[in-house]
Parts: sequence; structure tokens; C-alpha cells
Amino acid sequence: MDFTLSEEQQMLQDTVARLVRGEYSFEKRLEFSETELGFSEDFWKQLGELGLTAVPFDEELGGFGGGGVEIQSVMTELGRGLCLEPFMQSVILGGGILSQAGNKDQQDKYLPGVASGELKVAVGLQEPQSYYNLNEVETKAEKSGEGYTLNGRKAVVIGGHCADLIIVSARTSGDVRDADGISLFAVDPSAEGVERRTYPTIDGAKGCDVFLNNVKVDADALLGEEGKAAEVIEYQTGRAIAALCAEAIGCMEEANELTLEYLKQRKQFGVPIGKFQVLQHRMVDMMSELEQARSMAILAASFADAEQSDERRRTLAAAKNVINRAGQFISEKGIQSHGGIGMTWEYSFAHYAKRLVMISHQLGDEDFHLERYASLLEAS
Amino acid sequence: MNMNYTAEELAFRDEVRAFLEEKLPADIAAKAKGFRKMTKEDHQRWQKILVEQGWYASHWPEEYGGVKWTPVQKHIWDEESSAYGGPRTVPFGVNMVAPVIIKFGTEEQKQYYLPKILNGEHWWCQGYSEPGAGSDLASLKTRAVREVDHYIVNGQKTWTTLGQHANMIFCLVRTNTEVKAQEGISFLLIDMNTPGITVRPIITLDGEHEVNEVFFEDVKVPVENLVGEEDKGWTYAKYLLTYERTGLAGIGISKAALSHLKGLASRRLKNGKPLLQDPSFSQRIAQVEIDLMAASISNLRIIAAVEGGGVPGAESSMLKVKGTEIRQAINDLARRAIGPYAIPFVEEEMSLDYEGEFLSDENAAPMAAQYFNNRKLSIFGGSNEIQKNIVSKMILGL
Repeated sequence: MDFTLSEEQQMLQDTVARLVRGEYSFEKRLEFSETELGFSEDFWKQLGELGLTAVPFDEELGGFGGGGVEIQSVMTELGRGLCLEPFMQSVILGGGILSQAGNKDQQDKYLPGVASGELKVAVGLQEPQSYYNLNEVETKAEKSGEGYTLNGRKAVVIGGHCADLIIVSARTSGDVRDADGISLFAVDPSAEGVERRTYPTIDGAKGCDVFLNNVKVDADALLGEEGKAAEVIEYQTGRAIAALCAEAIGCMEEANELTLEYLKQRKQFGVPIGKFQVLQHRMVDMMSELEQARSMAILAASFADAEQSDERRRTLAAAKNVINRAGQFISEKGIQSHGGIGMTWEYSFAHYAKRLVMISHQLGDEDFHLERYASLLEAS
Repeated sequence: MNMNYTAEELAFRDEVRAFLEEKLPADIAAKAKGFRKMTKEDHQRWQKILVEQGWYASHWPEEYGGVKWTPVQKHIWDEESSAYGGPRTVPFGVNMVAPVIIKFGTEEQKQYYLPKILNGEHWWCQGYSEPGAGSDLASLKTRAVREVDHYIVNGQKTWTTLGQHANMIFCLVRTNTEVKAQEGISFLLIDMNTPGITVRPIITLDGEHEVNEVFFEDVKVPVENLVGEEDKGWTYAKYLLTYERTGLAGIGISKAALSHLKGLASRRLKNGKPLLQDPSFSQRIAQVEIDLMAASISNLRIIAAVEGGGVPGAESSMLKVKGTEIRQAINDLARRAIGPYAIPFVEEEMSLDYEGEFLSDENAAPMAAQYFNNRKLSIFGGSNEIQKNIVSKMILGL
């Protein structure tokens, strides 16, 4: 049993940590957030130049086939810096779907760009009414000539505003919530009929809803087997969940450090407020929530690239459930322990709180994953 | 034991409902119900209507424009007004400084200030908290030094709600540094247009400008602006805080917010069915509705005790804690109800004038911001930790 990172993994994490510390001060992050792009183009380039966007890919793409633990190392540090770049969306989810479902031609076409960071991918799996059920797909893909015609709307596509490629799910057969009959398509955002309604997100990033009106795509836009995408989606969003868990750990560590520091330096009634038992116990609870979450993030990382199984499904659902709850707890209690200052824009804590709560709105909330876990309960 | 309204109270409720139906402007009600932004002008427009009706300063003595409502009548008003979408009264003038002036002020002060609160000429804000004095309010440092017929005020106040609209501020200032912290505080009324006052906005995590910092640099305040006696301000401050807390439970607001949440949950779908019919979500709503039911009866018990001549004490602290927890729980569920659409921050949809297509539900846009913004409920008006200290000391004797 060994929970420590290998030397290479530690080096990887240190590299990202150094980069984030050097380039991503809280003040700079606020500036990046306000640009039209919504993140730092320069930082994104550096991630590419240092080979970090290639981490999960094979050597020929500049990577080293990094798995869940490597992804965890990167994502935790990006989380600590509240980084806004679409690493999870493009590299992990987009790159993962292309790696798993794409044929040789498609991989040759897209993956070098994804691995170098030059091609930004966004992934649209949700729809306005789908809530968190990714099998609920109303968007239709109808065969027309050699290719398909897409009609529908994909909701809250983070990073979709600036993506060079948007992967969307669409139904080629079956009923609205059938797992069978879902297909994935690589869509050029500048194609005729693609419209994007772009907005900032409450946690400082940018995203869009993607409207597909009679969008014609060629047959080679189809990623993987027609109608069989549900498995790919489930597997790859599982990897993305593990990545979000790791990001959340970085946010929670930083949030708890800020709160603890505040308890030590803020004086009321002549003493640091950390001398009050009610705040001590609360801080202890926040720390144990973080440790519970950390355990689940580690577990999730170890399953992220494992072969699909009910155990993997259960573990990832459990991890996201724990992370969502811990993130909200640490956000709310941290704000409360800070008092008014914890709610201000100019102090970083509130931004960690917003990111943590919004992570719970990505790829399934607490209830969604509890239900998912319950549906997969092992018989005694 | 009788928990029903009397015939007179029921008649009063009908009167209130008829008034709200006729006089509450539809646009203001829509804003309040949909958690949309309320402007200074909205508040002033509604205040004018209430003043004309004679209901704005309902708890003041009749000679100054009050109507002597019973506590039950006041409660009926709060409930009905929230249900119809009446905006929450900005409390600093009518509900905070006025009761202090009425109880401790001179006749001249009453004649001068009270009419100006009624006619809207004065918009008050509260100068209590300081950067170093939050929960430990009595440690405040803003200094007022008397020089013949005026004080010279230096220092800083913070978390001053809607201070950007105000032309008057009531302040706790230190007039004596030789005595115990609580014994050297005075209650001063200060014109915000006096030279030396600077207001700086504080932007909150949801991007809103609601609170401010107020700086005082050699600000000259005439001695006739002192309320009551010098160095006795702490007594007046505590008197005001009891008034503040009673309203902070926000039972009526919670009821309106719960009804809004149910509307949202009946429109948002999960697996093709409304969230309101979803087993786990409907149980979450049921739980908070049950808690609100209990809190609203607790509220009525306090009201009945006051009606019988009692004084609300530490019970209002208990209710502040419960009431704010319930409001936060409702906000939490509203955020959850919109699912992935909690993430977009679509500011334009938060305005009532928005005429475009809504990204999802027409009420979705403000929900996540509202959830974050209302973290303040358990912090302001005496943090919930401080309220528990009060209960533990005053009721439990610990």
C-alpha cells in the first residue's frame, strides 16, 4: 500500500504548481476572466509548450500516456490557481472521446492539435431539459446523402465559445432517454447553421449554448459507431469526473488554508477568533471533509483509466457525491467563518467558493450521483 | 389555546389584501417575486404609496404618523406583503433610527427627522460595523471629539448597506477612551454631504454593489445631532438591534421564496418529469417546508407573547438563526433546481426590462447569484454565532 506519488508524478505536479504560482496570481486571474476569451491565451500556450496538454496522450503525440494519477496532479494544481483554461474540456474530455471513439483518420486529424493545445475542443452533451442525464438526447442527427443533418440544442458547453471543434451528442435512433441510438459528431463551430449564445459563468469562466439548425456534416464527422456512443460518453465523463474531483481538491486546500489563516490573524474580543471553540470545531470539520474528499479523489483517479465495470461506475459516482458535498460545506462554512470579507469580490475566498459550488453543477450533482450509486448497489 | 385569527384580524387581512391588489405596482411585485434588482426609485415609489395609506411607519406613535398596529396586525402585513411581492422595506430609517429617535431623542429631533423619513427626503444608512469591529461591535474605534458646539469625527465604517443612496447615516462613535468599551460610545446622526465623508463601494461575490465603506476625515457634526446622552450610545444601539433582529427571521420572505421554488421545480424537468414529482427533490422541498412551518409558529408564539405585553428578547435571536438557515436552504434548493443552468451568469436576464429569449427558465438567471448573495443572512445583523452566544447567555444562563 503506497499513497505517495512516484518521482515522475511529483515532478509533474511541481511543474504545474510552479507555473501556476508564477503566472496565475489571484489579481491576474480576475483580469483573465474579464477578457473576451475568458482565460489566458499565454498560459494556455505555456501548458502546451511544457507538454502538459499532452500528458494523457501517447509518446508520438508528445505525451507519456499519463493516467488518472497524472491527470490528478495537473488538475489539483490548476484548481489551486482557479485556472480558467479549458484543460478538462479539451484535453481530458475532448481528447478522451477522440482517442476512444475516433478512427485512425479522425485521430490523425485532431489529436496532434489537442495534445499541443493548438486545437481547443469543447464537448456538448447536456440539453436544456436533460438536467444531468446524458442519455436524454433530443438533438437529432438524420442521415442525408453521405452525411448527417443535425438539429437541436446543446446546453452549457463550457469553453464552447472559443472552441475550434465542438463534439456533440445527437440521436440517430431510439427514444429520448434510450442509451441506445446516441451518436457523437465532430462539429466545426463555423459551419452553417451553428449558432452560439455565449455567456460568462458565475465562477469566472465562459461557455455557451450551441444551437444546431440544419447543420450538414459529412459521414466522417461521426465519432465511433453510430448509435453506440452512450458507452463512450459514460466512460469519458467518468475520466472528466475524476479530473473535476482533483480540481476540487486544489480549490478546497486553498480555501481551507485561507480560512485557517484568517482564524489565526483576525482578532475580536481581544483574541484571534480561532480561539473560539465553535470556530475551532468547524475548522476541524472542514478539514475532515477535505480529507474525505481527498481520499475519494485519489480513489477516483485510480479508476479513471481502468476498464469499465460496475465498480468503476460506483466509485466515480461515490467520489463526485462526496466532492460535491465537501465543496459546498467548505464554501459555506468558510464564508461564515470569514464573515463579510468572505463575500467580497476582491478577496479570493469567494471565488474558490463559487468554483466549488459550480463543480457540483458539472457532470452530476449530489443527488444524481447518490441515485446512480444506489442503482448500482451491490447485493450483500 | 387558539391559533386562529379573530374576526377583526381577518377583516384587517382582507383590507391589506385589497390594498395590495389595488396599489402595489405590478412591475415592483414582479421584481420582488423573481429576485430581480430593485432600484432606489422602486423603493421610493412604493414608500410613497405606503405613506399615503398611512402604513409605512406602522409601529410609530400616531402623533408622528404611525397607526399603532398590534403585533398580530404587523405580522399579517409582513406575510401578505411578501406574498404579493411587496418589496422589503429598507429598514435603516423607518425601522431602525426612527425607533431610537422616538425613544431617546429630543422633541426637536423628532420634529425634524421623523417627517423627513416619511416623505423620503432622508435616506438613512447604518454606521455600526468597522473593519476591526464586526462581531465585537463594542471595540469600534471611529472617534468623535467634542469641540464646543460640534464633534470632529475620524474613522471608518464598513458593510454600509445601500450607503451609496443615503444622505444620512447614524453612527456609533467613540467619545470616551478612558472607560470600558461599551461605556464610551455615542450615537450620532450625520449628514452624508458633510465635507470629509467618502463612500467607497464594496463589490460582493455576485458582482453586486450593495455594501460600502464609509470614511470620515475631520468631519464636523453639530452637537445637536447627538441622540440621548453622550457615552450612552451602546444602550441605544442594543435597543435598535432587537428591532433589527425581529425582522431578520424573514418568515414572510421565506414563504414567498418557497412558493417561487415550487414554481421553478414544477417547470424544471428531471427524466421528463417535473422536479416537484421527483422523489429526492420533492423530499428536500418537503423538509424545508416543514421546517418553515415550525419556524412560522415559533414566530407567532413570540408575536402572541408581545401582544400580551411581553418584550421580545433572546427569543428573537433564536428565530433569526432558524429563519436565516431556512431562507438559505430554500436558496440552495432553487440553485439546485436549475441544474446545469446554475453555471451561466446571464446578467441581462436579471433585469425586468429584458425582452430577449430566456436561456432556460425565466426565473433561472438570478438563482445562483441569490444563493451566494444570501450567505450574508447568517452574517449580518449580528452573525448567527453571536446570536447563539446571546441565547446561551440570556436564556440558558451559560
